[in-house]
Amino acid sequence: MDMQVAKKKLGLKERYAVMTRGLDWTPSYQKMEDIYPYMAYEGIKIHDWDKWEDPFRLTMDAYWKYQSEKERKLYSVLDAYIQSNGHLNVTDARYLNTVKLFVSGISPLEYVAHRGFAHAGRQFPGPGPRVACLMQSLDEIRHAQTQIHAVSNYNKYYNGMHDFHHAHDRVWFLSVPKSFFDDAITAGPFEFMVAIGFSFEYVLTNLLFVPFVSGAAYNGDMGTMTFGFSAQSDEARHMTLGLEVIKFILQQDPANVPIVQRWIDKWTWRGYRVLTLVAMMMDYMLPKRTMSWKEAWEVYFEQNGGALFKDLARYGITIPKCTEHIALEKDHLSHQAWGTFYNYAAATNFHTWMPDADEMEWLSAKYPESYDKYYRPRMEFWREEAAKGNRFYNKTLPMLCQTCQIPLVFTEPGDPTKICYREVDYKEDKYHFCSDHCKKIFEDEPEKYVQAWMPVHQIYQGNCFPEGTDPTVEGFDPLAAVMKYYHLEFGRDNLDFEGSEDQKNFAEWRGQATKNA
Amino acid sequence: MHIDLQTVSIKPLRHTFDNIARRIGADKPATRYQEGTLDMQQTANFHYRPTWDPDHDIYDASRSAIKMADWYAFKDPRQFYYGAYTLARAKQQDTAEANFDFVESRGMAANLPESVRDTVLKLLIPLRHVAWGSNMNNAAICAYGYGTGFSQPHIFHSMDQLGIAQYITRVGLLLGSVEVLDDAKKSWVEDDTWQGLRRLVEDSMVVQDPFELFVVQNVVLDGLLYPLVYETIIDDVLSAQGGTSVAMLTQFMTDWFAETKKWADATVKIAAAESAENKEILAKWIGEWRDRAAAALLPVARIALGDRTDELMGEVVQQFNARMTKAGVAV
Ligand SMILES: [Fe+2]
Ligand SMILES: [Fe+2]
Repeated sequence: MDMQVAKKKLGLKERYAVMTRGLDWTPSYQKMEDIYPYMAYEGIKIHDWDKWEDPFRLTMDAYWKYQSEKERKLYSVLDAYIQSNGHLNVTDARYLNTVKLFVSGISPLEYVAHRGFAHAGRQFPGPGPRVACLMQSLDEIRHAQTQIHAVSNYNKYYNGMHDFHHAHDRVWFLSVPKSFFDDAITAGPFEFMVAIGFSFEYVLTNLLFVPFVSGAAYNGDMGTMTFGFSAQSDEARHMTLGLEVIKFILQQDPANVPIVQRWIDKWTWRGYRVLTLVAMMMDYMLPKRTMSWKEAWEVYFEQNGGALFKDLARYGITIPKCTEHIALEKDHLSHQAWGTFYNYAAATNFHTWMPDADEMEWLSAKYPESYDKYYRPRMEFWREEAAKGNRFYNKTLPMLCQTCQIPLVFTEPGDPTKICYREVDYKEDKYHFCSDHCKKIFEDEPEKYVQAWMPVHQIYQGNCFPEGTDPTVEGFDPLAAVMKYYHLEFGRDNLDFEGSEDQKNFAEWRGQATKNA
Repeated sequence: MHIDLQTVSIKPLRHTFDNIARRIGADKPATRYQEGTLDMQQTANFHYRPTWDPDHDIYDASRSAIKMADWYAFKDPRQFYYGAYTLARAKQQDTAEANFDFVESRGMAANLPESVRDTVLKLLIPLRHVAWGSNMNNAAICAYGYGTGFSQPHIFHSMDQLGIAQYITRVGLLLGSVEVLDDAKKSWVEDDTWQGLRRLVEDSMVVQDPFELFVVQNVVLDGLLYPLVYETIIDDVLSAQGGTSVAMLTQFMTDWFAETKKWADATVKIAAAESAENKEILAKWIGEWRDRAAAALLPVARIALGDRTDELMGEVVQQFNARMTKAGVAV
């Protein structure tokens, strides 16, 4: 290459700048505040969008090339997995309940992330963050679709996932993840970025995505494992975007710091409450465990997150206070959650069960401070009762936390023998909370949280029965009607794993493969 | 331990998800486009209203004047879900890369006739800003449109337009340097030639109705701009003046428009066929914005077409009208 040509070549940074920022101009026929109407109302002050440092520099040509190669690989692995009935290679059929939880609880959130980043990507006046957000919007529809395509084959053979979109909008416990993302997308664009880009993608993703993907790998689920690994390089981009957003906002104006601090506090807690589902998945639902919830929290939050907040201290950001509460809960969270789902297994789209003797040993070893003392006795009792034919199903609806929408089943921080209740009187009504943190989130924005679609209230108000249901007729069975509204089939999608159709089919199909008829 | 289970023949309990079966009329195997598109957007029991738009739900069909009994009536004839989309674009990108290499390695850019080079710099390079505006508008349609059948193609379109803005930027860098881009932006912001178009683009950015924005941007503006610039001016007029290499550099845009207009036509057709009210609204939007866009494009077209501007612009408008009539909206 001669010098003439070499001289003309732009550096990567300059080249990327002309490919993105250079495209923008300052409008004069319409006012900035009309083109970007949502920039002021959150109180965040941005003085100079040009100070934005692009966290990655990917032009569309490179994006298409790179992503299409990943898609080609992903779908060929998936096709081979489906072709060879790979689902029969999972550790045991209980594992499938993790897939049900994932597709009905998590995949729909990927879709909301897609729409949310399209919104943020439209609204930021800075071309740098806009392009990064739009690329993430495109990635997120990828995640939603590859997950559904991977789960599609499981749905053909196992129950509980057949109408997961419908379930996500209606089933009581799915309002926990749904309300989390509804909360984020209805917040302003800056808060959305702190909620999802930073708190969720940067701080908590290792506690959500990694446990599912490594759980899949440990349990022989090649389909889930493949999309998980394939999404990793996307996640790496999303994480750098989340971190850049927060640094950028904090550097722009000191008045932004307390606003951002409040959001970080709120979203760390909101996100953590959603992770309750992951905690019980890790400790109870994976036949072959990867690590305990407690270990995951210690490694991914206390160690890695601790380092992050040290780094953010120079901007005046402190580690959220709720993490002290979380540390006190880490010995209890998964056990209390699984106990709850075991109770309410008549109204879920997946099966529950009691751990066997070996699994209880594992739990004792992982939770020496709490398992034998508080949880083993009740679980052994439930197991014995089930063996006697008295499998317990709780049919009384629980009180829900107005913010996180989890039933009030968690105990006081530091006292695992006492249920934690908080309440607030607001206007004419009384609202209930699982914790001081959920209570504070409500008190900061009561007009938002009073709107929440609370599954239990809605059932009691008669809004969760199929159209035309008459609840006054004699012998009316409200649970049966609610299950119909959820599009869940009683006896197939719900109840204990023991005796389920999944259990029978899996055993029979695997038997065909491993034994002589 | 891995067991080879290929030989096991087991009967599935069902062939697709229930929502897909309801939509395709039976429990039968569905395509990846269908499973990745239908009912993807949440529809019920939203928890909170957007603090940025408290008059609407998170997803709300009433953001548009177009009324549909079912927004999943909109189907992408290309059946693009993410995987199919990126594979298609990567293939086009390979061709584009080969074309850029070909032009570059033979020094064809340096050998362009001066008049052709001049036209490209004056006419094509400022269009990177129009593509950027489209990137933004399509992001809005994706964010605020209703139903994944309608919203999904717009994120693809948005990123395509960013890609197009970047291809035009590369043409500028190939023919000159960063100054070429700066000059083009200066014309875009200051020269009379471009002000009608810039005003139109900025006005489109405040259009609130996502379907109207689809009409303004993807049906009308692109429906006139692409045939005018890429098909008429670059592929015909400039090629005849020794500028075939320019047509190679913009092949992505030509192919892209040929592909995407099928989807845009299908979308107009479905909305128009839904009701007389829809058809009336569409005719009004298309007619009004067409007149504005054609007027705004006239001085731009004159850069390359001189005396023949009115005649060729007239042809482009006529073709556009015929296209819309075929899609069910007489304008
Ligand atoms: Fe994602
Ligand atoms: Fe709570």
